[in-house]
Amino acid sequence: MIEATFLLELGGIVVGLAVLARIAARWGLPAAPLFLVAGLAFGKGGVFPLITAREFVEFGAEIGLILLLFMLGLEYSAAELTAGIRRHAPSGAVDFLLNFPPGFLAGLLLGWGPIAAVFLGGITYISSSGIVARLLDDLRWVGNREAPVVISILVIEDLVMAVYLSVIAVLVSGVGPVDGIVTLTLALGAVSVLFLVAYRWGDVLSELIFSHSDQTLVLTILGITFLVAGIAQQIGISAAVGAFIVGLMLSGPSADRARDLLSPMRDLFAAVFFVFFGLSIDPASILPALPVAAALAVVTAGTKLATGWWSARREGIRTRGRFRAGAALIARGEFSIAIAGIGVAGGIAADLGSLAGAYVLILAIAGPLIARVIDPIVAAVLARRDATSRARRATP
Amino acid sequence: MAVVSETPLPGLGVRFEFSTETGTRLGVLQRQGGRIDLLIYDENDPDTAKESISLDEEDARTLAELLGSSRVVEDLGRLRQQIEGLAIDWLPIREGPFAGRTIGDTEARTRTGVSIVAVVRGDDPIPAPGPEQPLEFGDTLVVVGTPRGIEQLVVRLRTG
Repeated sequence: MIEATFLLELGGIVVGLAVLARIAARWGLPAAPLFLVAGLAFGKGGVFPLITAREFVEFGAEIGLILLLFMLGLEYSAAELTAGIRRHAPSGAVDFLLNFPPGFLAGLLLGWGPIAAVFLGGITYISSSGIVARLLDDLRWVGNREAPVVISILVIEDLVMAVYLSVIAVLVSGVGPVDGIVTLTLALGAVSVLFLVAYRWGDVLSELIFSHSDQTLVLTILGITFLVAGIAQQIGISAAVGAFIVGLMLSGPSADRARDLLSPMRDLFAAVFFVFFGLSIDPASILPALPVAAALAVVTAGTKLATGWWSARREGIRTRGRFRAGAALIARGEFSIAIAGIGVAGGIAADLGSLAGAYVLILAIAGPLIARVIDPIVAAVLARRDATSRARRATP
Repeated sequence: MAVVSETPLPGLGVRFEFSTETGTRLGVLQRQGGRIDLLIYDENDPDTAKESISLDEEDARTLAELLGSSRVVEDLGRLRQQIEGLAIDWLPIREGPFAGRTIGDTEARTRTGVSIVAVVRGDDPIPAPGPEQPLEFGDTLVVVGTPRGIEQLVVRLRTG
């Protein structure tokens, strides 16, 4: 029999999240960082520590991460991925070279050791596809010439993320260097095989899976997703990667229906995922982490700006568009949290959770704000420059 | 026909752009869910869409009607996918010997296996024309057949 306290706690959490989501929508902010703050309140040392619902939240967080990556894979078709990558590979490389080292070096400077540094590098590297996509829509930048540049960079990041998650899964497992290399080779081989299957037979599988009954379709898709995620976890690549590749496999009507049917579920469990991450951080450790997080945020906002600027320039886009592309990429979010979550679960570094939490809080909120103000500012500066140069030409 | 450039936006859809005769750049963003954004670019900064108008499928169809393209085309496009191995095409009667003669004279069905399902003349289509239907210069024939048969018919209409 289900306990009343469990239901009360669960209801309290979800109602709290609903209120936060409303506030976020009102202020035009992404909701995810607010959910994280809510999680702080429910954890050890928080205002309302959970008694009975904690296990469920932990469990829901796992499902949330799997659904998050599955739906991300659903957004793309394998063919789309390969086409975009070829053209924008240099931008993807610059993105990695500018945004991974700051986190990695910070990890080393903090004395966390190389494994934790690799985690922090991933956290600063990956932009939030969710926040950036919504931002492009809100600001009506989707039609702009730089939009394909931004989107392609995100796509490449998502793919790198698939490989990277496999790497950190092996790092966390704590095997020796020789075993580690073997496991990693196997893991990457498995990812490549899965990806090839998605690329080759995705259409066939999607047709096989399709059903006109929504219930049948949901059960089929979720069943396959969880199974593949489980197998992926078993062979040492993370469950999230398996889910991502299942998402890639689906296309056509199956993918369209799955998107509609599973979005509400993803929204619920992804929210639980952010809450759980907040749960696992001691609120008292957030404040001490703020200075380092803020410094890291400033540096990596700059490196993303540079990434977007350079990539847009490669495509022959002018000054305004270059700055827009850079600003759009600043926001970090769900994936940085996902990486940190894996690190915290693996006990990588004591302060990883609080530093990542503070860092994502800053950039998830600052990223969209910077993007909102950058275009008018750049346009005004350019206009003034044009005016002064015209005035100079007019006075002989 | 202006030069249309096509840009895939993974996860979002496809964007088409072209420059009008007066130099304005126009774009159409076809989103995955079927919504369409109509984009009008800034003259001074061709990277910036200064107007982006969001249309649902119904709006897009209305606009297309007003712009003079016909829904028939879209519906036939769907038909084309449904009938494996059959193609639908629109063949103009321009040069060639058949302006002023009848459908029967083209011997389309007997020689190429292609059916002429309608004749479009100005604004009024003539559906299911008989073999005695006269053809005029400027008519467009709507034909159904195998791709190869249609190719043969194109040659036949041009050269007789």
